[in-house]
Amino acid sequence: MRAAFAAVLFALLSLIPFGSLAQTGPVVADVPFAAAIVEENRAQIEKPSRQTIGPVIAALAASGDPQALVILSAWANRGLGIRKSDGAFVLIAEAEGGYALRTLDGTDAGIAPRADITELRPNAGVRGVIATALVQFQLNDPDRARRADALTTIARDPAPELLAPLRASIEAETDPALRAQKDRLNRLLTLRFDPDSATRIAAIESFAGDLGLDLRGALNPLLAVTRRAAPLGTEIEGNIARDLQPGSDLTETEAYDLLVAANLAPARLTTAELKASLAANIVDGAVAGIPLADLNTQSARNRAYTALEVVGSVPVAATDEEVTQIVADHHFVETYSEPDTAVTSAAQDVLTGIEVKLAAMQMADLALDALSLASIYFLAAIGLAITFGVMRVINMAHGEFIMMGAYTGYVVQLFIPNYTLSLIVALPLAFLVTFLAGVAMERLVIRHLYKRPLETLLATFGISIALQQLAKNIFGTQARPLTSPAWLDGALSFNDIVSISYIRVAIFVLAILFLLFFLWLMNRTRLGLEVRAVTQNPSMAASMGINPDRINMLTFGLGSGIAGIAGIAIGLFAQVTSEIGQAYIVQSFMTVVVGGVGNIWGTLAGALMIGTLQKGIEFLNPSNTLAAQTYMILFIILFIQFRPRGIIALKGRAAGD
Amino acid sequence: MSNFKGALLASAIAMTAGQAIAQDETIKIGVLHSLSGSMAISETTLKDVMLMLIAEQNAKGGVLGKQLEAVVVDPASDWPLFAEKARELMTVSNVDVMFGCWTSVSRKSVLPVIEELNGLLFYPVQYEGEESSKNVFYTGAAPNQQAIPATDYFLEELGVEKFALLGTDYVYPRTTNNILDSYLKSKGIAEADIFVNYTPFGHSDWSKIVADVVALGADGKKVGVISTINGDANIGFYKELAAAGISADDIPVVAFSVGEEELSGLDTSNLVGHLAAWNYFQSAESELNTEWIAKWKTFADENRVFNDPMEAHVIGFNLWVQAVEAAGTTDVDAVRSAMYGLETPNLTGGIAKMLPNHHLTKPVLIGEIRADGQFDIVSSTDPVPGDAWTDFLPESAVLEADWAELDCGMYNTETKTCVQIKSNY
Amino acid sequence: MTRTFLARNPSVLIFLLILSLFTLGVTVLSEAYGVAFLSTSFIKTLGKTLCLCLAALAMDLIWGYAGILSLGHMAFFALGGYMIGMWLMYARTEGIVITALSNEALPATAQEIQNGIAAQIFGVVGASELPPVWLFAHSLPLQLMLVVLVPGLLALIFGWLAFRSRVTGVYLSILTQAMTLALALYLFQNDSGLRGNNGLSGLQNIPGLDGVSQDRVSVWFLWASAAALGLGYLLVAWVVSGKFGSVIRAIRDDEARVRFLGYSVEGYKLFVFTLTAIIAAIAGALYYPQAGIINPAELAPIASIYLAVWVAIGGRGRLYGAVIGAAFVSLLSSWFTGGRAPSINLGFYTINWVDWWLILLGLSFVGVTLFAPKGIGGLVDLWQGLRSPDRKGADLGPGDGALLEKEAKK
Repeated sequence: MRAAFAAVLFALLSLIPFGSLAQTGPVVADVPFAAAIVEENRAQIEKPSRQTIGPVIAALAASGDPQALVILSAWANRGLGIRKSDGAFVLIAEAEGGYALRTLDGTDAGIAPRADITELRPNAGVRGVIATALVQFQLNDPDRARRADALTTIARDPAPELLAPLRASIEAETDPALRAQKDRLNRLLTLRFDPDSATRIAAIESFAGDLGLDLRGALNPLLAVTRRAAPLGTEIEGNIARDLQPGSDLTETEAYDLLVAANLAPARLTTAELKASLAANIVDGAVAGIPLADLNTQSARNRAYTALEVVGSVPVAATDEEVTQIVADHHFVETYSEPDTAVTSAAQDVLTGIEVKLAAMQMADLALDALSLASIYFLAAIGLAITFGVMRVINMAHGEFIMMGAYTGYVVQLFIPNYTLSLIVALPLAFLVTFLAGVAMERLVIRHLYKRPLETLLATFGISIALQQLAKNIFGTQARPLTSPAWLDGALSFNDIVSISYIRVAIFVLAILFLLFFLWLMNRTRLGLEVRAVTQNPSMAASMGINPDRINMLTFGLGSGIAGIAGIAIGLFAQVTSEIGQAYIVQSFMTVVVGGVGNIWGTLAGALMIGTLQKGIEFLNPSNTLAAQTYMILFIILFIQFRPRGIIALKGRAAGD
Repeated sequence: MSNFKGALLASAIAMTAGQAIAQDETIKIGVLHSLSGSMAISETTLKDVMLMLIAEQNAKGGVLGKQLEAVVVDPASDWPLFAEKARELMTVSNVDVMFGCWTSVSRKSVLPVIEELNGLLFYPVQYEGEESSKNVFYTGAAPNQQAIPATDYFLEELGVEKFALLGTDYVYPRTTNNILDSYLKSKGIAEADIFVNYTPFGHSDWSKIVADVVALGADGKKVGVISTINGDANIGFYKELAAAGISADDIPVVAFSVGEEELSGLDTSNLVGHLAAWNYFQSAESELNTEWIAKWKTFADENRVFNDPMEAHVIGFNLWVQAVEAAGTTDVDAVRSAMYGLETPNLTGGIAKMLPNHHLTKPVLIGEIRADGQFDIVSSTDPVPGDAWTDFLPESAVLEADWAELDCGMYNTETKTCVQIKSNY
Repeated sequence: MTRTFLARNPSVLIFLLILSLFTLGVTVLSEAYGVAFLSTSFIKTLGKTLCLCLAALAMDLIWGYAGILSLGHMAFFALGGYMIGMWLMYARTEGIVITALSNEALPATAQEIQNGIAAQIFGVVGASELPPVWLFAHSLPLQLMLVVLVPGLLALIFGWLAFRSRVTGVYLSILTQAMTLALALYLFQNDSGLRGNNGLSGLQNIPGLDGVSQDRVSVWFLWASAAALGLGYLLVAWVVSGKFGSVIRAIRDDEARVRFLGYSVEGYKLFVFTLTAIIAAIAGALYYPQAGIINPAELAPIASIYLAVWVAIGGRGRLYGAVIGAAFVSLLSSWFTGGRAPSINLGFYTINWVDWWLILLGLSFVGVTLFAPKGIGGLVDLWQGLRSPDRKGADLGPGDGALLEKEAKK
């Protein structure tokens, strides 16, 4: 019975046009079928390549042996290995003391240490082929996750043969989400692969107004064009997209190159070829009577070549006039690769319909990016808005406080492995650490230099390089991991175009919180009142019973503490290194200066302006991010020349100088 | 003030005199790696590897019956300082050979000095090629030993049809992308299907670039990213990639500058399946590799990883020791002629052979990132001979380097002339 | 005029004397012209240090005398280097290309030579065309003019804009810092046409001097650097000595008062800013052929801050202070980072100076600004018995100019 079944299957399989199996000869009857196929194609399976493994996988999938599916999915998931002792294929699973082994037909084969097994690691391309082969079996799998996997595979590698099984599986789908997904995929595959033109157009039109990336990915290949040329008077076959006018739609050189590629015109003579022909025709130190020493200009070389042409010793090359003439004698078109005119125009209509919406969404995404960058700059600068903006102390070590915050986050994660908990501990701790560092710095150094702002700059710069080197000595020069909790993984997606990662949203929220905190602190608390008083007139404030020393110390500590928290935020989305602060210090100062010193709204406006500007320039020149930064700084320099007090300038006495 | 100048001069004299004493008792090896500044992150470990290799060789009795002595200097990631320190190593410390440099610009800075003084440098890092100096042995990969095979893998194994070449804005990415651009076009990839972007060193704001890459998929072609992003900037890039939910099955990323060392700076659980191409992975299974990793961990620290440029130093050092013993002297020209054709085993299996163009034969490995920050090797080739001048740029295709027969590093095979003996800086 | 000027400023004479003695001494000890006691690399270091001293001199003029803390003067220094570097690279490559092309059957056309040079210079950064900024690179005189013109014009335009809108104090410092950052980022781009991050290299090989060994070339550059420093010192000393010097010092001390007195403060500042930029550029043009390579990292804001620090440590407001500071700190720095400084073993921890030198340096800035605002130059005052008024203590009256407690007690 079983042998008969195998024989029937074998007959069926040999109908598959692929070679490898047909050549393998008869199968030993007592070996299960799938195992035999694996054994026959040992070399291919041990070192598979996407381009050649297809037949083997197809044969396994079509074998009908239920064990084949087990083998295939095990292979894709690195569950297939070779026992080194006897070279046998085994199914492997992680177990205590090594791998738990099963033979290909599923019988238990004990446990072997890892060193005895060579794991097979098919590459992603091969895994994709396996996944596609398994799709038809998974579409109706009782396990929802498997069905979802199958759909992901179809979306990733759409193929005509998947259309039928997909359609067949829609009816039986009970999960509404998966059903919607199946329906969408069905329409996407239909518009590409269905043989019937009307069905395809209906599928295309059902997507009107849709912004999905997958839809554009399905429609655009239909509208891919190739440029073709033909002599005037000859029709060009195919679905013509548009006529091309040499001179406006394509340059004369492009047009001529197209003709050369289509064998409609001779190739042009390049300068190198000209030179080679001349060198080949040197007679007695001269070419066509022109002495070699004179051939050191292109025009002399051209003359020599023309002279040789006349004699007939070199082939005649096309002159510019001839090229123009040949181009004029031909017409050029773009043709769609899709032959069906109705389909291409329907596809074109759908794409044209979403053009405006698409552009708007791209702008929205850019705006989100700009907002996010602005919030990062704002967060980095807000501490500076206190120390520099309010107290007028230039603290070049501000960047190093950011760094201290980030390293605090790293150290906390070393001790508290739970990322959420460690973040909750790290935020106040970073504040505390940098607050204390700020207070110490204010007491020891800055206090003595209030009347000498330029020297504060130098002294704090000294502290900055010392702290940076200290961090290198302690933490090494490698970047340290600071990992965000799982609930901050991923991105907030509005659609396929507009999305922003949660970590950036969190930074944005943090920036808003600090803005509110700052406003509350400065305007609603006693401390804020005292700070403002001390800043405006220390001696008057002192005579009112305020201790300016204490206030200065607290204010500076506060500004530094906020920098510490900013450090954690920056470390979460970028890298934690000893140079993290340097990357932000100049930008932070510029944010504060551009916005207008002494006003938190100014800092906000400055950050927004810098963020928007940078993203705007990046948008205009997407291939060079460095240029965006350069022009942004250049713009700021010019901006300050014309508005030296920043966007929001303080007026009156408070402005000081 | 005159006292000050005098003191200065005296100290200078003391400095120079101090070095003149201990000569000929040991063989001196210069280690020219940045121990401070932005490149220290990568180069410090290379210095440690050299110290380990030298200590080990000394334990075996040294070379030619003499002990080896490491002269370590710190060029501080400052490119002019590389030239200065190289001159100092050769003229003041009188080293017989140098192991060093990481960035291309540091190598270009050292080149004129070693060519002038006829020194010897082993350069351990994968680089952009287009160079073969008489005085440098390139033990890292040339583009045809890393970039081209990785691109082939993308084209053939992953079926990528549209490429995003993302790089840090400096010479290695620029030249590599230039070669790849030309190579991809020769493979039928259209100009419009190659997206190029350059970012500054240490770039951290990747959201727009990642969004741009995702948007490339709009015309239905499979998109792949070839990353020559350097150093720290990778961390922000991969974090953004993970946040955008880009799986390696949708948009695979292959990196040429990301190894075990760089991945130790981030959590790789969201990056599983993305790729890197190197000539060495710590996860390679071979006895020699296991032995070296164990040695390294005892020498340095249990948590330290072993990576590709470190293997390059191991190979370079072994070859140098062999060449010195074969030549019976440390004289640069003698060692150089003895080098050609020498062989030493790769840590990952196979044999590294020094070619007359000063490059090695190397296997090309492609690894997928695992959750533990190591790599699963999914593709490996037989050793590929390094090609100094790429075949995929028209002006370089005609050039060849052969120091054994032609005695020229830039030989034009069409005109049969040596274009120049010294290198381009 | 000069005679009386020198007579009034004996320190200038002393300085020039020491400088020439130093140069002579180094020459006698050099490998090429003397007893081969100093290595060529050390002579190069000394030559470069002289150039840095000249740049520090410019910094002292703008900061110590005119009170403008420019954090962008290394940008001018590097620009000068770039300008001379372009000629050095072009001319050297031209020689190589012409030799290579002379092997061919046909004599080379001018275009072929140009293309060959472009491919050689830009091949390593993946381009093959000569960008327009290299227009004058073939000519030494033109490029030498650009050494002065490019940084000079940049300083003129930047200074005019900044001083016109009355940007002063720390704002100006931040603005100059932004300027050098923007310039560095611009040069970092490959598209800027100056080889991006790779910069210009192989500059130590002077075209036309192929047969001359570096031993000699390094001494020649030392002489040139010493001559430039001497001349620069004379010039700066002359500028600060007369009425002009009094005006700029007055601007430093109280800008508003000088303006009320009818002086064109902006004009003075602009002149000093541009003059110092040009001096820095000349120093740079002498520095980089000795360093051998220039790249945009040289323009990083930190380089200019170091320049300020040298002046501060040496003692600003006195010219020899700047020179001492630059020489002292940069030589000390190269000694510590060279791995020559002996490690200190504390038993539980070994202080490795490569790791700790920057910390020491950083803390010494703090120390100098806090406790010795006069820097090393203050030692000279001590030696001459000059004492500065002790301005510690609380204000006796309102306003910044009031006597302080301890002064009043004297």
